[in-house]
Amino acid sequence: MAAPARSAEAEARLAGLQLPQSGAWLHLARGAAVSRLRAMGLPVKRDEYWKYTDPTPLTVAAVPVAQVIPGETEGFDGIDCLRLVFVDGVFDAAASDNPALAGVEISRLAEAATQDIHWAHEVYGVLEARGQTPVARPLAALNSALATDGVLIRVVGKVSKPVALVYHQTSTASDAILHHCVKVEDGAELTLLESGPAGARSNTVMEVQVADGAAFHHVRTQGRDHERRTLTHVFARMGNASRFKSFTLTANGALTRNEVVLELIGADGVAHVAGAALGNGMFHHDDTVFITHQGTGCESRQVFKKVLRNGATGVFQGKILVKQSAQKTDGYQISQSLLLDDDSQFLCKPELEIYADDVKCSHGSTSGAIDDTALFYLRSRGVPEREAQSLLVLAFLAEAIAEIDDATIAEAIQARLESWLAAGAH
Amino acid sequence: MLEIKNLHVKLEEEDKVILKGVNLTVETGKVHAIMGPNGSGKSTLSYVLSGRDGYTVTAGSAKLDGQELLEMEPEARAAAGLFLAFQYPVEIPGVGNMTFLRTAVNAQRKARGEEEMSAGEFLKVIREQAKTLKIDADMLKRPVNVGFSGGEKKRNEILQMAMLEPKMCILDETDSGLDVDAMKLVAEGVNALRSEGRSFLVITHYQRLLDHIKPDVVHIMADGRIVKTGGPELALEVENNGYADILAEVL
Repeated sequence: MAAPARSAEAEARLAGLQLPQSGAWLHLARGAAVSRLRAMGLPVKRDEYWKYTDPTPLTVAAVPVAQVIPGETEGFDGIDCLRLVFVDGVFDAAASDNPALAGVEISRLAEAATQDIHWAHEVYGVLEARGQTPVARPLAALNSALATDGVLIRVVGKVSKPVALVYHQTSTASDAILHHCVKVEDGAELTLLESGPAGARSNTVMEVQVADGAAFHHVRTQGRDHERRTLTHVFARMGNASRFKSFTLTANGALTRNEVVLELIGADGVAHVAGAALGNGMFHHDDTVFITHQGTGCESRQVFKKVLRNGATGVFQGKILVKQSAQKTDGYQISQSLLLDDDSQFLCKPELEIYADDVKCSHGSTSGAIDDTALFYLRSRGVPEREAQSLLVLAFLAEAIAEIDDATIAEAIQARLESWLAAGAH
Repeated sequence: MLEIKNLHVKLEEEDKVILKGVNLTVETGKVHAIMGPNGSGKSTLSYVLSGRDGYTVTAGSAKLDGQELLEMEPEARAAAGLFLAFQYPVEIPGVGNMTFLRTAVNAQRKARGEEEMSAGEFLKVIREQAKTLKIDADMLKRPVNVGFSGGEKKRNEILQMAMLEPKMCILDETDSGLDVDAMKLVAEGVNALRSEGRSFLVITHYQRLLDHIKPDVVHIMADGRIVKTGGPELALEVENNGYADILAEVL
């Protein structure tokens, strides 16, 4: 049960925010989310799930100030995609492309009040609510209750180009709460891109329903803004022979917590979640993943790599839960950090919980320094120390980047990473 | 070309003296060989010259064309024309062989104020060189030395040497771990690079390699010093009688 103190905090937070005006179904969904939140209370540092990451900056009513980095280019410059732009958490229609694209229906959450979008009833707040057990995620419930904007995307065919959610932060005190729902129907396929900081502080939830034989590719870059605080949740529910691939590139940020909660419901599904993070100085980056295998013959793979220096902190909490029904599961999890000095730290909690008996599951976690012998080898061939170090950093991250299927997008990510390293952003 | 004077070196971590006054001059265009028993300091000499951490120079100097090497960073030594073929080439997972070589070639050119090599030109040159050393396209694409056999690793060292065009090449026990055919192939690669303007310092335990890479001068190193210098016949003497006789004579 929630302690009274944290309920009081939740009340204080709720009191400062208004339940947005919504149509009937959405209003109900928001009301249910408020009840969930009230029952759970807000997270506190002494919660086991927040042991390594202090949630206070995410829960306090006043937004911690975050300076805006000028001149940062968008994450997917040069890639042909349909851009939907959000500025400080508000959809900017003028800056966005016309959301008309064959095979996909796109609507704005804020307009869902006037439209009865049937499929969204079964997704909005529903996947989030499922994700509340066995571990409570109150800030996701808070998001379902209070999200002010977002998109609803239904995919019925193979979409010709990616849809990109482009976030810009212009205010030092913006508090963005965005909620997106995606439904990829039978056999359909979508690539969804996300880039930039949604606000000085942001809380983003994405619920993704991947139907039988459907595929969802997700690639995001979280900018190199030093001060922003970001919390993201991706809740996914997968059908038979469906595919889910998610990759996140993060550089800097005072606080980033990326949670992925994924259920392999149907048989023969494939889910890969990967991340590459570069942290320098005031940087706290937390990947928290919970993958549940329910269907038989599914494959899940988690690959997380972090490069840390100047007192940066990296966290990984990854769990694979294999239910009794999930025979022939193939689960893999690797989390590694490269510590470029003695001041940085990597905190890691890998977990496997297996109830089926015919299962292949493995996990590994390492943290280490840069290989001096390799560094010397490169330098002895004339490569300057800094450049040699960058090469080794890129090599370390390569396994995570290899999780991006689309070669053009992978190149864009690689180029962005190289430019950050060359600019000394890290 | 290379002028080493009274070089004294100890291990940084322990108070162990390895080199106790090495004197050695390699003239331009010549091939010098250093032979010597285990623990005589041969590999240390090659590491100190190329700038590896972990050693402290307590006295002496090593100059390449008049430039003091010992004060330079490893990358600056490379740009100045020094190359070390490693006894144990390092595996670097995740870095493609081709990317590595192109980065190295262009970093050196940049350091010397020369124009960088274009991708097209680089490809053309590396393909030619790789062919001579029987290095296939797949090996060029793979991560540096990862999954390479012993022979492939050594051939890859020679490929790097060919691409970087150094003026002073140090070969540290390049013959170790090679079968006769592989050694011949590597030696041919080295011989193809011999030229008037390029010098070699070949470090080896055995005379075998020197059958293929014919030295102008042979030095015997023992207990951190060059104890004897002679012509190619000195290598044969070692082969026939071992080091014991020579060492007994000089120590």
